[in-house]
Amino acid sequence: MKKIISEVIPIKKNAGLYFKLFRSTFTLSAFTFGGGYVIVPLMQKKFVEKLKWIDEKEMLDFVAIAQSSPGPIAINTSILVGYKIAGIAGALIAVFGTVLPPLIVISIVSVLYSSFRSNPVVNAAMLGMRIGIAAVLIDVVITMVKNILKTKNILSAVIMLASFAAVCFFDVNILIIFAVCAAIGVAVTYKHGKKRGGEAK
Amino acid sequence: MIYLQLFWSFFQVGLFSIGGGYAALPQIQNQVVDVHHWLSISEFADILTISQMTPGPIAINAATFVGIKMAGIPGAVLATFGNVFPSCVIVLILAFLYAKYKSFKGVEGVLGGLRPAVVGMIASASLAVLLLALFKDGVIPDSMAGVNLFNFAMLAVCFLILRIFKPNPIYVMAGAGAAGVGWYFLEKLITVAG
Repeated sequence: MKKIISEVIPIKKNAGLYFKLFRSTFTLSAFTFGGGYVIVPLMQKKFVEKLKWIDEKEMLDFVAIAQSSPGPIAINTSILVGYKIAGIAGALIAVFGTVLPPLIVISIVSVLYSSFRSNPVVNAAMLGMRIGIAAVLIDVVITMVKNILKTKNILSAVIMLASFAAVCFFDVNILIIFAVCAAIGVAVTYKHGKKRGGEAK
Repeated sequence: MIYLQLFWSFFQVGLFSIGGGYAALPQIQNQVVDVHHWLSISEFADILTISQMTPGPIAINAATFVGIKMAGIPGAVLATFGNVFPSCVIVLILAFLYAKYKSFKGVEGVLGGLRPAVVGMIASASLAVLLLALFKDGVIPDSMAGVNLFNFAMLAVCFLILRIFKPNPIYVMAGAGAAGVGWYFLEKLITVAG
């Protein structure tokens, strides 16, 4: 079994710490290609195993919070880690460090894009890669649908199918779907809570 | 005005993409392609492709790309700032609550309803990209005459490789790009020879 790292070294707040936090998030973000969950194990390695700023259990909680909050996971995890290490200033520095690499890289790419896109060879490569990303998306969607169906919750399956149909065939506004589904989620939780409360009596 | 629009659009993308990863896909498509027509669906697919090969989350990449296209560097910065702003506020509050109480229950109910809906929306956005990859204008043609069978074959190969060997998607995309270039030269060779 993997040993849980719970040893945390005390953190001294000074300019050096802020710089180290910025440098860590900047390099992590710069080398995270493809976005999403890729950055999480890297952060774990850096902040838990190497720098020992955060213990492993806390890191898992951070990931759970980051996943259930709005916005990109990489940004959300940075905020949580930064806040834990150096308060609000730390959170802002961590976000800045995480945002800067993609901002710089895409700025350069977008300039090149407009001048390269008309080149037939670049065009052929883009069309090929477009098929690649389509395959990646099918793969991701199949895994996600499987995970929803695995819960054997009929309501979840219905919500999934209904929202797919609503967006794909009926052009329903995404925000309306969000509001309805959130309301259903709250109603179900409330009902369950009541039932459980009743059983306890 | 465009600055405010960029900020507000990506603010909404940030606020309503819950679950990370591809959850932002339908929101970006909605704001950037459907509502504001800043990008064509084809350019949208290009951003997805580019964002797989560059660092950072898809939403940030899209914000920067659209921002630059519409209003230069300040546009990119504002769109990106708009995208992370909701996170900064909401997650900071959660971080504070976590530090104080070490738990964050109560969000689960809302999430239970949203998670399957997000999967449905991602599936819909993915379908649009899939059609675009397979057919010229992203719509299923009436006859199979002009359909490029190479696209179907390559899609099947990429998909099988992903399912069976589970490699990093970057390699599959790079391979698909190389195959696209190879096919382009092969076609050219055939036309020259014929």
